[in-house]
Amino acid sequence: MPTIQFQLNGTATSVDGDPDLTLLDVLRGRLGITGAHFGCGAGECGACYVMVGGHAMASCDMPMWSVADKDVVTVEGLGTAGQPHPLQRAFITEQAMQCGYCVSGILISAAALLKRSPSPTEAEVKAALDRNLCRCGSHNRMVRAVLRAASEMATS
Amino acid sequence: MSAPSPAPKLPVSLAANPRLSSWVRFTGEGRVAISPGKVEIGQGIVTALAQIAADELDVDISRVEMIRASTATSPNEGVTSGSLSVQQSGRALRHACAEVRQRFLTAASERLGVDAPLLGIDDGTISGPGNVRTSYWELAGDVSLDHDAITGAVAKTVAKRTVAGHSVQRVDIPDKVFARPRFIHDRALPDQLHGRVLRPDVSGARLLALDEAAVRAVPGLIAVARDGGFAGVVADSEPAAEAALKALRKGATWSAGEPLPDEDDLAGFLKSQPVETTVIDTRAAAATEHVRTLRRQYTRPYIAHGSIAPSCAMARWDGNRVHVWTHSQGVYLLRADLAIVLKLPAESIVVEHMEGAGCYGHNAADDVALDAVLLAKVAGGRPVRVQWSRHDEMSHAPFGAAMAIEIEADLDAGNEIVGWRHAIWSNGHAARPGRAAQPALLAATEIAPPYPRMISTNPAAANGGGGDRNSVPLYELPAWTITSHRLLTMPVRTSALRTLGAQGNVFAIESLLDEIAALRGEDPIAFRLRHLRDERAKDVIRTAARRAAWKPQKRTGIGHGVGFARYKNTGAYCAAIAEVEGAGDIRVNQLTLAVDVGEAINPDGVVNQIEGGAIQATSWVLKERVRFDRTRITSTSWPDYPILTFSEVPAVDVEVIQRPEIEPVGAGEAAHGPVTAAIANAVADCLGVRVRDLPITRDRIIAAMELAS
Repeated sequence: MPTIQFQLNGTATSVDGDPDLTLLDVLRGRLGITGAHFGCGAGECGACYVMVGGHAMASCDMPMWSVADKDVVTVEGLGTAGQPHPLQRAFITEQAMQCGYCVSGILISAAALLKRSPSPTEAEVKAALDRNLCRCGSHNRMVRAVLRAASEMATS
Repeated sequence: MSAPSPAPKLPVSLAANPRLSSWVRFTGEGRVAISPGKVEIGQGIVTALAQIAADELDVDISRVEMIRASTATSPNEGVTSGSLSVQQSGRALRHACAEVRQRFLTAASERLGVDAPLLGIDDGTISGPGNVRTSYWELAGDVSLDHDAITGAVAKTVAKRTVAGHSVQRVDIPDKVFARPRFIHDRALPDQLHGRVLRPDVSGARLLALDEAAVRAVPGLIAVARDGGFAGVVADSEPAAEAALKALRKGATWSAGEPLPDEDDLAGFLKSQPVETTVIDTRAAAATEHVRTLRRQYTRPYIAHGSIAPSCAMARWDGNRVHVWTHSQGVYLLRADLAIVLKLPAESIVVEHMEGAGCYGHNAADDVALDAVLLAKVAGGRPVRVQWSRHDEMSHAPFGAAMAIEIEADLDAGNEIVGWRHAIWSNGHAARPGRAAQPALLAATEIAPPYPRMISTNPAAANGGGGDRNSVPLYELPAWTITSHRLLTMPVRTSALRTLGAQGNVFAIESLLDEIAALRGEDPIAFRLRHLRDERAKDVIRTAARRAAWKPQKRTGIGHGVGFARYKNTGAYCAAIAEVEGAGDIRVNQLTLAVDVGEAINPDGVVNQIEGGAIQATSWVLKERVRFDRTRITSTSWPDYPILTFSEVPAVDVEVIQRPEIEPVGAGEAAHGPVTAAIANAVADCLGVRVRDLPITRDRIIAAMELAS
């Protein structure tokens, strides 16, 4: 079985196994990292998004071989309760969810956006989140939370 | 304000589960365990209930530990649905906590030698004159809560509540932001296996034969389960289970299935089926001369629940006992159905709730629980986790029922309404488990011998009705007849979707009222106010109108519309005003809502629910429609069943009218009907044509324009 090495949340990680397994299966099934969620298995809902090389991407249809030597960040890598990412803080402040199942993927899309565009407009935030589906209708709160985090990051 | 008098009888949920200790326990170091029978489905109920308990007990909310519902320990509160949780669980907890507080004050009085009325409670510490003090936890050993609740308990007055009625942060949100496992999907059990169930693509097809040769060769396969037409696999990992299912599918032979209706003639289908007809309400008036009758037909399609998470469950057998982990809305009701299918006493089954994603009604949560139980039977005592595919979630879970609604309005010479006939053709809107002699679970229709598919029924009018929900106008019309025709066939599986029939009925009523107001040249809001006597109803309409600066000046390509309902005619009042834009593809720019839920326990929670309901309703109205051909459901993925995206979401502005003196009701379903109607009316205002078939798409608008020209 081949070994695939990659960076996961800043830690060198290696996984033995079928290189056609998806990154999501490896994260959840092998590594016990459950922040990225299964939603559709076809890259169509955004629940499983992780950052790969700074870009928000679906992990549910991403084969492991394509992750070799890449830098992968899941929602667990954004921050913790002790040291939250400004986005995580802002999502709590804005109470930006109902069920929250889509939130980890949305945090990843937002984090990728703020990396490439630290002061996005509201329209840019919406465009950046357009590939993430939310069924509860918490969109406006989430957009407000992303803008709040952006302004907080700009002043800190 | 006068002091409240003791409630003459116990709240419903408390009367059914009177033992105080089943609701409240003081535990460990300064903790309070609260066990409601209602469950979190993303609506924030657990937080609202924690607020109520913290308030009545005078403890900080951070001390309150909310216990997940389980048939092993929790009060049986039926199902978490119908926007009833604050009403039922909230009242029960308020009453139970008030009595618990009183019992502790009495015990503290004895221990401290101070009259109870002189004692106060601050964050669980009970103190009185002379600096004497004790606490709930010190006294817990002396005060037994293994007593049945009595009717005399007096809850705090509104003025003394410091937590309920104020916005607090939801207790579940930090876990979700920091990805601490909270969803059932994320909570692996030790030694767990993974299962998948084989389901047909063709609607109603039965498994006739199964060649297991290919699946047996799949690495990681633990077992194949087969019971009549039910077949599934158990494997040591999810990828292995998926591979095994794929191999199993190749070996399957199916029957031809059962035909589906013509998707493009839903009204024709609904009106041609055998039905059970019920007259919901009649109001007779002295015969008034009418000079014309407007006859209008409205339809709404089948709508998918479309949870972002596919349904998931875990089960483990231990001899002839089984433990089930589920995101079902009703743990006891699911247990009742499992007992029927498994032919076991209910006591042999423990059903424990774990949070899932938002479900918006009866989706496949219960179905997948039986799947897990059946697959765990062949797993040698190891727990089996089953997760449905997106495809199965979108095609095998129940849908919200399609509806055809016909209204005839008799008008006099001045175009005032003198008669009103509202008829509904629809499948029933509820086929939840645990309520009938036969199970409602999907796999029960597949095993040998199979149970028949349960034909959906409608809850009684006293419980808000089903297809007829909100069909009786809240408006003062002189005469009406409301009739519900419930289908006795069910080629497309339906069950409870948020609001049941209310969305369709409010859409129909409010559309026709708007049309009549326009005929009269009367402002649609003035027209509604003139036909309402209920001041709370008028207040939400006036409030929404004021916030939206009704009526904004007419601009080309922009339209405004209003919609109103009191959910179930007994619940939350909600008025919505929509601003839409467009010619072919309609965009909703802005929704302005006013809502009255009585006492809003967590005002920000109410706003969140109303915003969410408004956005979900916008999605239903503009985009959603379950697609099928004559043999199968074809909208089995998100591209085939598009929902509203971030860029398409309107701005939503909500005002909550606080009425702390009025018993609280739920907010989760209040917005859908009013928002649907407001958008439809705004489209008519914008384009000058009425679209009476949902969803309001470019094709529907073109068809309406052709009809009008």
